[in-house]
Amino acid sequence: MARRRSDRKEACLPGLAGRLSTTIKAKISKWLDRAEDPAETLDYGYRKQVELLQNVKKGIADVVTSKKRLQMQSQKLEQQVAKLEAQARQALAHGREDLARAALERKALAQRELQSLDQQIAELESQQQRLTENEQRLRAKVEAFRTKKEVIKAQYSAAEAQVRISEAAHGVGEQMADLGLALQRAQEKVEDMQARAAAVEELERAGTFDDLAALGSGSDDIDRQLAQLETGDQIERELARLKGEIGPGGRAAGQLDAGKGDAGQSSGAGAGGGS
Amino acid sequence: MIVRIAGERQYRLSDDLAERLNDLDNRCVEAVEGGDEARFRDLFAQMIALVEGEGAPLADDELVESDVILPPRDITFKEAQREFTGEGLIPDD
Repeated sequence: MARRRSDRKEACLPGLAGRLSTTIKAKISKWLDRAEDPAETLDYGYRKQVELLQNVKKGIADVVTSKKRLQMQSQKLEQQVAKLEAQARQALAHGREDLARAALERKALAQRELQSLDQQIAELESQQQRLTENEQRLRAKVEAFRTKKEVIKAQYSAAEAQVRISEAAHGVGEQMADLGLALQRAQEKVEDMQARAAAVEELERAGTFDDLAALGSGSDDIDRQLAQLETGDQIERELARLKGEIGPGGRAAGQLDAGKGDAGQSSGAGAGGGS
Repeated sequence: MIVRIAGERQYRLSDDLAERLNDLDNRCVEAVEGGDEARFRDLFAQMIALVEGEGAPLADDELVESDVILPPRDITFKEAQREFTGEGLIPDD
């Protein structure tokens, strides 16, 4: 039965499945060829399984670390989106539609990035879950193998034992190889995502999603212009206050601008471009 | 027959489902060769659904070799172009 199965599998599965079964077979023949004494083969196989289980934990930890890094980046981007929105509002309040548009354009860019980041996080989350489940399954199979090897050692003649060992080894070996490939795939995915995360961080450093509220060397063009407006506005307010103290004639332009800004913001927020 | 979804677990399926699985696999190969990703996604999802829906999950401590190993469910189209080629899952003979 087991033989018929493996013949069929070997004959028909190309690609991943084929590679998988090749990997398994190579690993298993290595154990089986290693010792002449079945008991020794069994013990060696079991040691290898336990070793792999220990390595698996590290692989899963890598995925978790990578996920956490992306989550941090996602939080930063969320703050960026909120800030850019506030800046657009602010710019409109100053009647600077050009600045508001630029801020909204950046916001749209940051939102797109955020979306893809969130997708990646979800992907890593499900990878993590599958790897953890797979690991538990392997743990159960290794445990079953441990029990079985004692039974085989105690109950079977050397010739019979070889057959039993082969069956058990193929059962647990397939799970080992499968988990090994799953980890390898997860690792590749993590590397891709890290490369992308690094690229996004690069963009951030270049000021594409710059924190416009931060003044100083990190500030970009919109930042500086807004800062100038802020300063100009402050002077106007001071002037208006002073004018009020001195006598009538102070302007209420600031309030009118603010109202206009709110209306412009709510219509422009979704599309990322004001009118 | 025993079917594994790579990266996940094994299922025990009635042998007469082999033909349906193989048919889906052949159509997957066609879709991949035709560069039709949407169609491939649909067919591959059907394969996974067939195994999950009709198969009984194997106990974690069962030590059995699989007859068929399906690629992982989150296979990319690029990976699929390497995996879904040539002969079907189960040969015609």
